[in-house]
Amino acid sequence: MADMIRRRTPGARLLRAGLYALLIVAALVYLMPLVVMILTSLKPLDEIRAGGLLTLPQEITFEPWIKAWSEACTGMRCEGLSGYFVNSIRIVVPAVAISTLIGAINGYALTKWRFRGSELVFAMLLFGCFVPFQVVLMPMARTLGWLGLASSVSGLVLVHVVYGIAFTTLFFRNYYVSVPDEMIAAAKLDGAGFFRIFWRILLPVSGPIITVSVIWQFTQIWNDFLFGVAFAGFDSQPVTVALNNLVNTSTGVKEYNVDMAAAMIAALPTLVVYVLAGKYFVRGLTAGSVKG
Amino acid sequence: MTPTHSLPRARAQAGRRSLSGFLERALPRLVVAPSLAVALFFVYGYMLWTFILSLTKSRMLPQYDFAGFAQYARLFADERWHVAATNLVVFGGLFVVICLVLGLVLAILLDQRIRQEGALRTIYLYPMALSLIVTGVVWRWLLNPGLGIQAMVRGWGFEGFDFGWLVDPDMAIYTLVIAAVWQASGFVMALFLAGLRSIDDSLFKAAALDGASLPRIYWRIVLPCLRPVVFSAVMILSHIAIKSFDLVMALTGGGPGYATDLPATYMYVHTFTRGQIGLGSASAIMMLCGVLAILIPYLYSELRGRKHG
Repeated sequence: MADMIRRRTPGARLLRAGLYALLIVAALVYLMPLVVMILTSLKPLDEIRAGGLLTLPQEITFEPWIKAWSEACTGMRCEGLSGYFVNSIRIVVPAVAISTLIGAINGYALTKWRFRGSELVFAMLLFGCFVPFQVVLMPMARTLGWLGLASSVSGLVLVHVVYGIAFTTLFFRNYYVSVPDEMIAAAKLDGAGFFRIFWRILLPVSGPIITVSVIWQFTQIWNDFLFGVAFAGFDSQPVTVALNNLVNTSTGVKEYNVDMAAAMIAALPTLVVYVLAGKYFVRGLTAGSVKG
Repeated sequence: MTPTHSLPRARAQAGRRSLSGFLERALPRLVVAPSLAVALFFVYGYMLWTFILSLTKSRMLPQYDFAGFAQYARLFADERWHVAATNLVVFGGLFVVICLVLGLVLAILLDQRIRQEGALRTIYLYPMALSLIVTGVVWRWLLNPGLGIQAMVRGWGFEGFDFGWLVDPDMAIYTLVIAAVWQASGFVMALFLAGLRSIDDSLFKAAALDGASLPRIYWRIVLPCLRPVVFSAVMILSHIAIKSFDLVMALTGGGPGYATDLPATYMYVHTFTRGQIGLGSASAIMMLCGVLAILIPYLYSELRGRKHG
């Protein structure tokens, strides 16, 4: 776009060097917290106390990681994050699968089988993207109690599915709108039914949007803290809640390296997904925001 | 407006044809119906439910003795609510403005045919993939006066360097801004970059031929084109700000004292730990009003734009 600063005059070159310098400094600033987190998690405690946030560890130790995983205290218990990490997986996997499936079917029905009021239905579903969850906390706590799902993993799965449908429906609806209607009309003439058309025509072209939806839901649910802290019991707390407890538990010496290792453990799954599939992550962010 | 509207006719036809034909026609509605029911109950029903709770004297447990708007009167008389609401304005305002400026600058800089653009973009955006709890824990460590950035800079020889904001009641709210900007500004950059890429190149070349300088082109031509992006970014960022809960819990815990309380933490503390369900519900409804105050103008302009465009 901006070819003008590519002219090879000395001034333009200087400008370009400055441009790169700015961008690299900015990148270092954004990276700094992650670097500090990793460095601190690999240092023994006495090195940390000696100061030097950014100094490399003199001796690398994995002790903090092991402790954060299996021994550190989160409130009353001292079993590390491992159990809570598993809880998060048990919440995330079904919640992501179910909400994506429902979103796909909704998006399909709302675009390829429009009926009277279907736009209104979509608008009503969409509002779920915007509602501040504080408004639903108390009623949800009561409902989960009545359903016998209070403090359970299933209860959290239900909550995440219920409030994830708005987003997944939005993703699939906006994607399916661009699939040509002629293909559907032809299939209908051939006598194919609702599910057959979905299975044979829509699903085979849905790869990208399924990826977007899965990644979006995965990051949202893995990173959730509010629902976890409000609805989980001791045995169903997700890793974010456990991390917060771990950091706020004071048993004598404050072990900053263990805190940082624990933060890394909680962050790794979403970071890995981001690095592997960043393109889809960005698409989900923008699709989830820039409307349809 | 309900999907059952045309059922009688459909049923009459189905009687003449077949049951499966009827099912086939009703199927689209049937598959969407559960989601609609879920939304009606878990979103709209709950909003109403919380509103009703906010009109009662509920304390430890929900109960339904009508108390009029007494909880709202209590809320507005509460010093702590005023702190929380003021904090939201300060935090939200700074967060939105800084994210916009930083995001726009980074996007424009990145849009100059930069080598390794992809890598840089990845670096600017990765904090968005992290949990706000992780962000809070990291920044709490960085901002720790004894061992964090302050200690590091003092260690470099700047003994007078003072950065103890985290433990200063007047400054702690700004630590939330720093951490939140770090988390979300890359996302705004991505939005702007996508916007920049969609602007027609010929617009640029024409202006350049006319002899307009680069800053002038950006200010006069590019920025106006990006207006819709600015609009959505403001909308999303203020939405994030109103909902901010995790970050406060992990970074400051609302402290020192309640100096960094936001409406979201105020609501949580009163509803779940202080046994003030009525008051907590009133604060939740106020948050909903805040979201609607942003959402309605946004939707209005969106719909109008669509009609005209």
